[in-house]
Amino acid sequence: MKHLLSINDLSKSEAIAILDTAQELARVSDGPMKKLPTLRGRTIVNLFAEDSTRTRISFEAAAKRLSADVINFSAKGSSISKGESLKDTAQTLQAMGADAVIIRHGASGAAQRLADSKWMSGAVINAGDGTHEHPSQALLDAFTIRKHLAKSGEDLTGIKVVIVGDVLHSRVARSNVLLLAKLGADVTLVAPPTLLPVGIESWPCKISYDFDSAIIGADAVMMLRIQQERMSEMFFPNAREYSRYFGLNSDRVKVLKPTTLVMHPGPMNRGLEITADAADGARSVIVEQVSNGVSVRMAILYMLLAGAPEGELVGITREVGAL
Amino acid sequence: MSLALPAPDITRALTRISHEILERNSGSESITLLGIPTRGAHLAKRIATIIEGIEIVPVQVGTLDITLHRDDLRMRPPRALMPTLIPPLGVEGRNVVLIDDVLFSGRTIRAALDALGEIGRPKSVQLAVLVDRGHRELPIRADFVGKNLPTSIDQSVLVHLTELDGADEVLIEGGVK
Amino acid sequence: MSATNSKFLLTGLTLPDGTASDLQIANGVITAIGKTLAKNSDDQVVDLKGSVVLPGLVDLHTHLREPGKEDAETVLSGSMAAAKGGYVAISAMANTSPVADTAGVVEQVYALGQSAGFVDVFPIGAVTQGLAGEALSEIGAMADSNARVRVFSDDGNCVHDPLVMRRALEYVKKFGGVIAQHAQEPALTKGAQMNEGDISSRLGLKGWPAVAEEAIIARDVLLVDHVQSRLHICHLTTAGGVEIIRWAKARGINVTAEVTPHHLLLTDDYANSYDPIFKVNPPLRTQRDVEALREGLADGTIDIVATDHAPHPAEAKECEWQEAAFGMLGLESALSIVNQTMVQTGLLTWEGVADRMSLAPARIGGYENHGGRIEVGAPAHLTVINPTQSYRVDRDLVASRSRNTPFHGMELSGVVQATFFRGIPTYLAGQLTSIHSNGSYSKSQGGTSL
Repeated sequence: MKHLLSINDLSKSEAIAILDTAQELARVSDGPMKKLPTLRGRTIVNLFAEDSTRTRISFEAAAKRLSADVINFSAKGSSISKGESLKDTAQTLQAMGADAVIIRHGASGAAQRLADSKWMSGAVINAGDGTHEHPSQALLDAFTIRKHLAKSGEDLTGIKVVIVGDVLHSRVARSNVLLLAKLGADVTLVAPPTLLPVGIESWPCKISYDFDSAIIGADAVMMLRIQQERMSEMFFPNAREYSRYFGLNSDRVKVLKPTTLVMHPGPMNRGLEITADAADGARSVIVEQVSNGVSVRMAILYMLLAGAPEGELVGITREVGAL
Repeated sequence: MSLALPAPDITRALTRISHEILERNSGSESITLLGIPTRGAHLAKRIATIIEGIEIVPVQVGTLDITLHRDDLRMRPPRALMPTLIPPLGVEGRNVVLIDDVLFSGRTIRAALDALGEIGRPKSVQLAVLVDRGHRELPIRADFVGKNLPTSIDQSVLVHLTELDGADEVLIEGGVK
Repeated sequence: MSATNSKFLLTGLTLPDGTASDLQIANGVITAIGKTLAKNSDDQVVDLKGSVVLPGLVDLHTHLREPGKEDAETVLSGSMAAAKGGYVAISAMANTSPVADTAGVVEQVYALGQSAGFVDVFPIGAVTQGLAGEALSEIGAMADSNARVRVFSDDGNCVHDPLVMRRALEYVKKFGGVIAQHAQEPALTKGAQMNEGDISSRLGLKGWPAVAEEAIIARDVLLVDHVQSRLHICHLTTAGGVEIIRWAKARGINVTAEVTPHHLLLTDDYANSYDPIFKVNPPLRTQRDVEALREGLADGTIDIVATDHAPHPAEAKECEWQEAAFGMLGLESALSIVNQTMVQTGLLTWEGVADRMSLAPARIGGYENHGGRIEVGAPAHLTVINPTQSYRVDRDLVASRSRNTPFHGMELSGVVQATFFRGIPTYLAGQLTSIHSNGSYSKSQGGTSL
């Protein structure tokens, strides 16, 4: 696996391998070994043409814990914001000797354009491209769900996940649907009809316009951020109607099982798609998602950069006796 | 393929190693056994059981995965990580006994020393191996050895343990006739 | 090959109706047609065995970019690309800079075409001033100019205001003109990047729904019927659009339609690579649409093939999809694609190709001296293609100034062997030669690869 551009780049066993690796890295790097030498001497560039403090810091922390050198190339004040093309930026990075580029960009397909081009030769990791995908977010979401609801080494068979919100514009939704389905989960998307793309019938999930019936029996509820701009584009009449039908409020929280996880990729619009008591309540794993993000991103960097180029993950035979 | 160490000899070797560890460290109080996965971890557990049989008190035992500290990672596709489980008293000021099945080039142990260094500062680090087959590439030596097995560089040493492979045996394979 | 000697004997040809024949040309006119013609002493003999001869191709939808975007193409380079593709007459869409909405600009483009000397260039006039869709441009002045404009189009933009479209349809009746509509409802396609469907939903690219084309076509066929004028639909891409036009024609409504070669061959699956070489407006659509378009072209619902040749410089395509310009080259590969998608599949005979790519476009555009059958006394505008040869498209070998062909690396079936314009070979044996050439305006292209 040379790049991580889309969840479709991963086979089921590779996805599980990333989760397993992340699990071990979480134990090790939060505990005994804060810093690992594994990527020493490698240069990783954060190419963030779109603002995102949270994701960028997460990748930066992941890279540094593996002893890689990190160079940050972010939107504000950089040449990208002044209109330098992706091609010119990429050629500059190549000249700087980047082993990997983590790219966050407002255009769908930007990560693939970078990977397919001959402008640079490092590994490309998609940290969010337009409304297309955000693979590392889906992996950390799956990691979080698995940690609470399934045992290590296993997939997510039979786990019922409900994803709610602006699916049409959500790269998080696209990656999550692909990954959760790949891992055997039962996924339902809930949204107003205006925010579901044409062609969604071909996605590996169910759809529903009714939040209240969809959450019955759900094991995890993932709320997507709804952007203020959508209101002027007539996807729904106003914020009040949106919250009423699609917001996770205390009434809906009461219906959830005690073990149901409440999730959100952040940043949240408190009061719009999620109320404070849902976000801060006992079921919420929203803060944990963020810390899981570092371990998962360490696992991704490990998979792409630690071994020989373009290899499948080599598994050592799992031990029969547990230790 | 020839049988270098049959099951009874393996058991005797582990028993002797356990006694030697206790002798060297004046008992089990100060020691922390860390097995290097995969088979070193099982051997560590066996040695811990034997030691607990002798001293009656529980002994600190865990595992130390060295994958992330290997110096040959870039030569093969990425390897799966094995668990690292450090027992409650940690390694700080302890006599750590690393345990592995075969000592060969010494690079695994070098990686283990690096990994250990990230975790803390032991009082001492000792090494117990079931088999020492020679051909060191680094200045590493074992403190406790089950069996010295002279081999040629083109031979392979295979350690089988009941927990994983269904039987206890050490086999030597290959080499020029 | 001297351009001044204008007597030729072309041997070994097959006419559109399938008969084997030779052809003799003198002074810009076909002088004889028949099996094994006698050679005159000053004839240059060109052996074209294995090839089919068609009346010279006419393109009703070309973007030549001059004035204003000469880095992408000029009238000269576009003419040369056309000749290489077998064309003898092309149009020049009005979305230049300045826009071709006055007699001055269309006369300039017409003159550039004449002086280039590879094809006849027939400028298309804008329907509205500045293509803004609000006020009619000087349609009369353009019609009466040297360019004798008869086709009017805001292509690039849709004439979306129904009142403006009505007035335009009515007004051109005085000048024997036709309004060529780029059917795209702007409110449904703001920021659209590719066909709206399964693929766009997965790729996260904003969709351009088929209904945005179909709705305008439906409106305009009813409008043109009401005001009794002439309507032409540019670059049809939807199965629904084909059905609407079929319905309209059955009712006797005076509407014609065109399809591009790329819409006969490519689908929106190509967008999976995110390579904007496949980004075009209107977009590539589904296999079902491709099949409906081929059937429509076969049964005459779609009257013509028109290339929508749209050159763009490298930086407009070497970037993220959403930043890239819309458009593909088309002139040089058009006939091969029609051969491959329509003739080889049995959907169209060579006579059908002659109609769709020469006779009908010339008739719709009112292009004098073009679109005539191959007969003695007719102007010697001829296109010769060897349908059994194939070639691999190489974007570095195109005659166009730009390189944005989506067919780069693809094997296409059918190689243009020669193009005769007013009896002079503008393209022969891989060489492009202007009819004014005494060595000037000549560009040599090695080999037979296109």
